[in-house]
Amino acid sequence: MQNPYKAYPVRIDDIQVATADKTLRTFKFVFLNPEDEEKFSYHVGQFAELSIPGQGEIPIGIASSPSEKGFVMFTVFRTGKVTSHLHNMKVGDIMGLRGPLGNWYPIENLEGKNIVIIGAGFAFTTLRSTIKYLLEPENRKRYGRLDVIYGARNPGMILYKDELVEWEKRDDINLNLTVDGTDDPDWKYHTGFVPTITETQAPQGDDDTYAILCGPPMMLKFTKPVLDKLGYQADHIFMSLENRMKCGIGMCGRCNIGKELVCKDGPVFTLDKLNEMPEEDQ
Amino acid sequence: MKVIKIDKNIWAGGIDSLRSGYRLFGPVMQGDAHEYKELTSDETPDMAYTNTRLSPKSVVFPQSEPMFTYSLDENNPEHHILKDAPKDYSPRAVIGMRPCDAKALSLVRMNFDTEEYRDPFWMNSYDATTFVGLACDSPCETCFCTSAGCGPYHEEGFDVLLSDCGDAYEAKALTEKGEKLLAAAGWTAEGDASVFEPKKAEAEAKIVCKVESSNLRGKNSLDLYDAPFWKELSFACINCGTCTYACPTCWCFDIQDENKGTEGVRMRNWDSCMTSLFTLHGSGHNPRDQKHQRFRQRFMHKLKYFVDKYDKGLMCVGCGRCVQQCPANIDIRTICNKMNGYEAAS
Ligand SMILES: Cc1cc2nc3c(=O)[nH]c(=O)nc-3n(C[C@H](O)[C@H](O)[C@H](O)COP(=O)(O)OP(=O)(O)OC[C@H]3O[C@@H](n4cnc5c(N)ncnc54)[C@H](O)[C@@H]3O)c2cc1C
Ligand code: SF4
Ligand code: SF4
Ligand code: FES
Repeated sequence: MQNPYKAYPVRIDDIQVATADKTLRTFKFVFLNPEDEEKFSYHVGQFAELSIPGQGEIPIGIASSPSEKGFVMFTVFRTGKVTSHLHNMKVGDIMGLRGPLGNWYPIENLEGKNIVIIGAGFAFTTLRSTIKYLLEPENRKRYGRLDVIYGARNPGMILYKDELVEWEKRDDINLNLTVDGTDDPDWKYHTGFVPTITETQAPQGDDDTYAILCGPPMMLKFTKPVLDKLGYQADHIFMSLENRMKCGIGMCGRCNIGKELVCKDGPVFTLDKLNEMPEEDQ
Repeated sequence: MKVIKIDKNIWAGGIDSLRSGYRLFGPVMQGDAHEYKELTSDETPDMAYTNTRLSPKSVVFPQSEPMFTYSLDENNPEHHILKDAPKDYSPRAVIGMRPCDAKALSLVRMNFDTEEYRDPFWMNSYDATTFVGLACDSPCETCFCTSAGCGPYHEEGFDVLLSDCGDAYEAKALTEKGEKLLAAAGWTAEGDASVFEPKKAEAEAKIVCKVESSNLRGKNSLDLYDAPFWKELSFACINCGTCTYACPTCWCFDIQDENKGTEGVRMRNWDSCMTSLFTLHGSGHNPRDQKHQRFRQRFMHKLKYFVDKYDKGLMCVGCGRCVQQCPANIDIRTICNKMNGYEAAS
């Protein structure tokens, strides 16, 4: 068995500034050994440890879709030691990638179902992966209605904007973009917080409709009751969690909530399951 | 099962014979307490010890351990690529380990050897080790192993169990690995298997301290989590982490890169859920920034989460180290009884 702590060597192939305030960058990595790409076969919603020898490792959600070949993509917010170092790295630099890690959004079990994807802030990364995957022609036809609600603080903070603008024009996805507020006269989408937009734009919940949620704690807190009101059952709501992590494989004991390890038993949990888990912070 | 008698006058000679085939570890006096360490060629394990301050978990899980090495020198064609750190997984043996510490390793193994992943550092060390136990005929006051699924003659996790019979040890070979070690030491005299049962009963009778844990599995985890006693119980705790370092069943670790010039090593180090850094997010948010939350995590993990997850009893073997060494007199026995007896108001 391969050493699960050993990162695959990768080269930074592309770096794009992702938001107007430059706190987020999108990185594309290419495997130095092509056979590693196959071993890194992943599902939507999984994460990986970006491993920078000399700096450390950070868990980051995979933003590319399994249908996109030849690279793996991540969007990273600059905050502390490792993320700041990464923001200063350049195309061509060598580092490591360890994974894929964690469970995933169980979309393979949702064939024929309607899916509503709700995200806010820079947690949109794995949701981008999910949408991209669902929109592939061979996948799109396997699912029912597809709704997306995505909110950011202001228009400059919206990730993957060019792509979203293209998706917005399609008729096989109902895309609702929203910002907390803006004085941009050209902003032609929604203004308001995600829970509010969800209330008016999301389809009613029923047996065949599932919600996938990812965002900061406040957004999750206020969106949950809205979904409840719309009739979503707790086992029809999937949420992705973040906790501080090190190993990412359930060994170092750092990321637990109750008996669940967010890195291995999660990061994706149904709301049903979360209701059985202690609320940390108390 | 084969039982061998080892006369004490051939004990040291046997240990010497083992040195060529095994790296030997055992209890020796270090300052004012016994500790496990790798024995130098002129050291023999001090079998007269009662307990060590730190558990022997370090034999398979060192406090600091290199995982990988790397070069940051861009002129090196392999720069920034992780290389396996040099390791010595040649046969090793721990001599004179207590039953609670061996059981602890078999519990911890469930964490490091899973269906999906196998921790190669822990597992390779564990597999390379022959565990030679020493039954406890005079347990300490703080021992409560018999309430923690263990006991002074517990055999789980051992390859050989020794019982001290005055002029000789009776050695029960429990595995093939154990038989091999006894042969390598040149210990071959036939022993007397009948000494074990009565000595076991006698030793168990000396452990008077009992802890109640039979209700824990049936309790609702959220009820225990929300129980009103955590702040009060944790009041004196200073979050020093002594309990987690000394404990044989605590395994949490951290991973850190250490650089020297353009060379570096990725290390793993013991960590402790008692520190607030353990869970601090990059954003500044911390789900366990208060003392009672960290305290609750330690005891809920040992006495409830682990119990629920594996159905193999407590994540505590009753060695009593945390009870003896806590500067604030926090006692897991009291906490376990309290949790076991808790009824949430409905
Ligand atoms: C499953 C998952 C997916 C994530 N996806 C993304 C993403 O797509 N984009 C993004 O920008 N961020 C993401 N994060 C958060 C990201 O991991 C942290 O921002 C990052 O680890 C901070 O590292 P640092 O060294 O810059 O910060 P420091 O505060 O200096 O942290 C030091 C170390 O602590 C650990 N750590 C600190 N904060 C966190 C945290 N919130 N989560 C986990 N470990 C932490 C890391 O090991 C880190 O190296 C994700 C976290 C998780 C758990
Ligand atoms: S040894 Fe005692 S004071 Fe120190 S962290 Fe453990 S319980 Fe708290
Ligand atoms: S919790 Fe205390 S008594 Fe139990 S195994 Fe750990 S150190 Fe020993
Ligand atoms: S990050 Fe190590 S157990 Fe989850």
